[in-house]
Amino acid sequence: MSIGTSLDFFLFVAIALFAIGAIGAMTRKNMIVLLMCIELMLNAVNLMLVTFSTYYGNGDAQIFVFFTMVVAAAEATVGLSIIIMAYRNLKSIDIDMYNQLKN
Amino acid sequence: MSLQIISIILGSLTLATALLVVLSKHPVRSVIYLVVTFFLITSMYIMMNAQFLAIVNMIVYAGAIMVLFLFVLMLLNLNKEIEPVNTRTAQFTALIAGGSLLLILITALKDTLILGESFRQKNEQIGLVKELGNLLFTKYVVAFEITSILFIAAMVGAILLAKREKQIIE
Repeated sequence: MSIGTSLDFFLFVAIALFAIGAIGAMTRKNMIVLLMCIELMLNAVNLMLVTFSTYYGNGDAQIFVFFTMVVAAAEATVGLSIIIMAYRNLKSIDIDMYNQLKN
Repeated sequence: MSLQIISIILGSLTLATALLVVLSKHPVRSVIYLVVTFFLITSMYIMMNAQFLAIVNMIVYAGAIMVLFLFVLMLLNLNKEIEPVNTRTAQFTALIAGGSLLLILITALKDTLILGESFRQKNEQIGLVKELGNLLFTKYVVAFEITSILFIAAMVGAILLAKREKQIIE
């Protein structure tokens, strides 16, 4: 059939989103943008899980996506507070400066 | 036919805004583009009739998490001059690595793809709040309760991390 109405279109979008997030996480040096790219990759995986859940007619994957969102919320909270703490010490948001976190 | 056009437009818009998140130099613009990306992903959930996840995605991601990111960005007082930039070589290497990741994922999933399957599923009820709530409070109720412990740990950790430095300075 046509590409737009089929489920694999959503799969391709999810794969491309994941790759874009990975490229962003490797390219950018701003710590906050890095966290945002990780959120983008999490969302790509969520989209793929929902697509497969729709295909198999099974709700378990959607529950899994719900738990992924919960963990992502907790992860963003703790990650951002770590960034705030490190910014107070280093006055920078460059990830190359964050190798001094041990002292 | 019209559904096909709508989904192609939504998909390309999603990829375009996701690219803008990575490419825009200003972090605040990245956050705004990420909010738009999350709204477009929400629209895809709606097209697959996953209504509960669509609402949760909109409220939790586009609402709560992105506002948190914006608040932290405003708090840190960044500007364009101190925005760190990678070297050209590193960017090129990242592009090659990401592109090969994309190729490998497409090749790996090409054979398992459900070609031609319409997104009107067999059981249209699974994405509704009633069905998912049934699952969540019977089969996955232990995981749901453990989630509350995770959130308490995250809350305590966030407060502790953001506060401790001030006491040391005093």
